[in-house]
Amino acid sequence: MQSLKQQWFGNVRGDILSGIVVALALIPEAIAFSIIAGVDPMVGLYASFTIAVLIAFVGGRPGMISAATGAMALVMVPLVRDYGIEYLFAATILTGIIQILFGVFKIAKLMKFIPNAVMIGFVNSLAILIFMAQVPHFIGISTMTYVFVAITLVLVYTLPRFIKVIPAPLIAIVLLTAVALFSGIELRTIGDLGSITQTLPSFIIPDVPFTFETLQIILPFSISLAIVGLVESLLTSRIVDDMTGTDSNKNQEARGQGIANFVNGFFGGMAGCAMIGQSVINVKSGGRGRLSTLVAGLFLMFLILVLGDLVVKIPMPVLVGIMIMVCIGTFDWSSFKYLVKAPRTDALVMLVTVIIVVWTHDLSKGVIAGVILSAIFFVVKISTVKIVQEDNRFIVNGQLFFASTDGFINYFKNKNIDAKHIQIDFSNSRIWDDSGVASLMKVEELLQERGITVDVIDLDTPSRKILSKLESMSSSH
Amino acid sequence: MYKHILLASDGSENAVRAAKEAVKIASCNEESIIEVVYVVDFDKAKSDVLHSNSSEALEIERRKKNSKVLQYLNDTKIRYKTTILRGNPGPEIVKYANEQKVDLVVIGSRGLNGLQEMMLGSVSHKVMKRVNCPALIVK
Repeated sequence: MQSLKQQWFGNVRGDILSGIVVALALIPEAIAFSIIAGVDPMVGLYASFTIAVLIAFVGGRPGMISAATGAMALVMVPLVRDYGIEYLFAATILTGIIQILFGVFKIAKLMKFIPNAVMIGFVNSLAILIFMAQVPHFIGISTMTYVFVAITLVLVYTLPRFIKVIPAPLIAIVLLTAVALFSGIELRTIGDLGSITQTLPSFIIPDVPFTFETLQIILPFSISLAIVGLVESLLTSRIVDDMTGTDSNKNQEARGQGIANFVNGFFGGMAGCAMIGQSVINVKSGGRGRLSTLVAGLFLMFLILVLGDLVVKIPMPVLVGIMIMVCIGTFDWSSFKYLVKAPRTDALVMLVTVIIVVWTHDLSKGVIAGVILSAIFFVVKISTVKIVQEDNRFIVNGQLFFASTDGFINYFKNKNIDAKHIQIDFSNSRIWDDSGVASLMKVEELLQERGITVDVIDLDTPSRKILSKLESMSSSH
Repeated sequence: MYKHILLASDGSENAVRAAKEAVKIASCNEESIIEVVYVVDFDKAKSDVLHSNSSEALEIERRKKNSKVLQYLNDTKIRYKTTILRGNPGPEIVKYANEQKVDLVVIGSRGLNGLQEMMLGSVSHKVMKRVNCPALIVK
């Protein structure tokens, strides 16, 4: 791990430049995610500013970008719709507390038990949901809406071939907003959906009754938000680790996400987490250190203070086009190959994760269902023993313990054996507990009744210990 | 003569062919060393991480990808070493070759990308254009 000084000032020039690039790319996303959550654009922008600035100091993965995200926005939709924004702020604060606890109790470590089938399902369903959230903003509004979405998509995919320094979405926004303004084409703008205030966020205490009832309302949302935030943050930190070839502190990251959300709720922001897309942009643009995240947050706020009046004039179709690009970038396109090539159970876990998320609109439910399902598959797999017969030798494959003994006993019960003497080979197996020993003894007895003697061979030392400890208690000899 | 030969490899069949040519050149001079450079592409980072269980598993997976080239070099008596870079393959190879002042860059004409089969690969194109030393593109 690098020293703190290295993490801050090891790459000053690269970090400042990449931070600026990220701030530019962050604005449309923060606004779009606010719209998904059903709140004013300022809520997402304030959140992005607060989270990015705080994470720069308290995060565990230098160079990673955290802000308002789509994954979190999707979870909070029902809360905002049914109870209003003050409850969102309260839920954000509670999310922070839960995440801090996750970090303190090192629960973040458990994230490595989330199988990759679930992770793939997570990003895919996230992409599908963000896309679905865009649909009402461009289907059946006007022909010009379709035209602008299409032009935006063409621009964001072709411009990077020629212009590498400025993010293509920014060029598309500036260009198409200018076209819309000067041509007078009727298009919905961000201003139609919310307002931009050119002020810094200020400290507020959420205006909710401090009662048990309030807690009952926000707690389920906060738990979902905490889980979704940590899953995406830890996945992102792994990606940044890989891209930079460096390590990061996962528990510090969980705690940092918590601190950032906790404070964020008091400054009128919505809960956020790390962003895969923005972090990749940051590293690609040369960002490596904490400074890049700080610059991204500060420059974002600076841009809003200076250009707020213009931001509301951005046509919605342009924002929709950019969001479609984000979906395409988020989706894991190798999933189709994965569905064909991966083990059947893994493919099923991935599909179930996606289906449950798209069904419930809650990423955390998909993750939990996916983890449970793959745990069940794992237990089924580990608790089956396969026995292969080679002449008079029976080779046991798999683990012998309380859950697998039935299969083991039944095999010998139902097997027709002609020989008078057989060997049971344990070189590919191991006995884990008393049930395993008991089942072996039962099989020996069973065969003895049929006049077959048994030799147990190639038992490893730990298994033999359990066996000898219990064999002295055998009922007959 | 060419002492420090950089062999850019993506693990494809083309890279193996390039390795064969690099060995031919290196065998002319006892002091020659081949440096196999493998670039971990930024654009594949997300998908690589998603499809691997741990960073260790990913490391093995990448080593496997490059194994054909390394196996071939192992069977020869030429001195070689491997370097893994991270970034955008073309520019990363160019930057490294120029910084290290290598004597020769050897690269396959195209890599793994099926879409570009018809054309000269974009990576080899970029390397050819921008590298400061002689470059050998192997068909």
